[in-house]
Amino acid sequence: MIICVTSQGNSVESRVDPRFGRCAYFIFADTSTGKFEAIKNPNIEATGGAGPQSAQLVASKGAKKILTGNVGPNAMSTLAAAGIEVVTNVWGSVKEAVDNNK
Amino acid sequence: MIVSVASGKGGTGKTTIASSLALSLKNVQFIDCDVEEPNAQIFLKPDIKEKTKAFISVPRVDNTKCTLCGKCKEVCEYNAIAVLPKSQRGDGKVLIFQELCHGCGACAMLCPEQAITEVDREIGEIEAGSKDSLDFVHGRLNIGEAMSPPLIRQVKKHINPSKTVIIDAPPGTSCPVITAVKGSDYCILVTEPTPFGLNDLVLAVGGLRKLAIPFGVIINRSDLGNDKTEKYCASEKINVLMRVPFKKEIALAYSKGVPMAEIMPELKEEFKKVFKIICGTVDGENHKQ
Repeated sequence: MIICVTSQGNSVESRVDPRFGRCAYFIFADTSTGKFEAIKNPNIEATGGAGPQSAQLVASKGAKKILTGNVGPNAMSTLAAAGIEVVTNVWGSVKEAVDNNK
Repeated sequence: MIVSVASGKGGTGKTTIASSLALSLKNVQFIDCDVEEPNAQIFLKPDIKEKTKAFISVPRVDNTKCTLCGKCKEVCEYNAIAVLPKSQRGDGKVLIFQELCHGCGACAMLCPEQAITEVDREIGEIEAGSKDSLDFVHGRLNIGEAMSPPLIRQVKKHINPSKTVIIDAPPGTSCPVITAVKGSDYCILVTEPTPFGLNDLVLAVGGLRKLAIPFGVIINRSDLGNDKTEKYCASEKINVLMRVPFKKEIALAYSKGVPMAEIMPELKEEFKKVFKIICGTVDGENHKQ
């Protein structure tokens, strides 16, 4: 399963970014292989609609679960339509977040 | 002739100046484009005779025609459309975020399957009326709406070019202000001699220079603060059209909805002079072209 975590940096030791749509990085963890991939969020400076844009990015990577601090209403409906499970109020390092939510 | 009144900083006296200028001139049409909080009516007290609802066109997708190609999402400048492709978890879906849509119509026009139709969404209302010889129009954005430019554009469709049109612009220097002042022959920037007033004046000047609209400055409460605004105007060769002193009578009248030109009739002469300067500048610009 691919789990996505919003992250303040590009490594698994980075802290979880509490924002969804405008987080610094998305880190995709593949729980079957143990591999991580970090993608710089291209939507940080979007004038509007950063949430749905980020949700589409997460969906396009095949993630089944998103771990983050909080998700806005537009992003939430996009993630729901994509069938992605949303886990909020996640904190700590990216690695810890993934380990606790496998 | 279209003269807009803008400011940069809010609360410097745009509406106070705009309404007093309107009352000092003849054959005026007053257009309040501050649709998020239109308040010129408090000072001008027009009889509203006409109310119309304002709408913008937002897309609606016919799912039987949509192939999820994503063209609509690609052309949407405002990220108001999300397209989720087919996957193991679903059939795919197009989501429309109506409150992000500016109603430009690109998605409907460019959809290869013609699966998008545009439907009306109400965003506010436009009221028109008059007081004596003064014509009055303003827009009022519905509560909770985040975008004012589409309504401002519709309010401006009421502009009557045979009149002296005075546009009361919203505060700031972002899209609503640009939408309001665009197309003006001249813009009056109302400021106050404070650090915040000057900071935002500089931003507004930058915007107007980009739009190539001639402008001048009115310094309100001119005997407060410091002399940095005067120095800035002098160094930038910006015409200071008028200086309005900080007076208790003006504030008191304002609190009762009375414009300064009504309690201090001598100001009407000053506003007429300001208008003369504006006409001269605009004529000069027209000759250059």
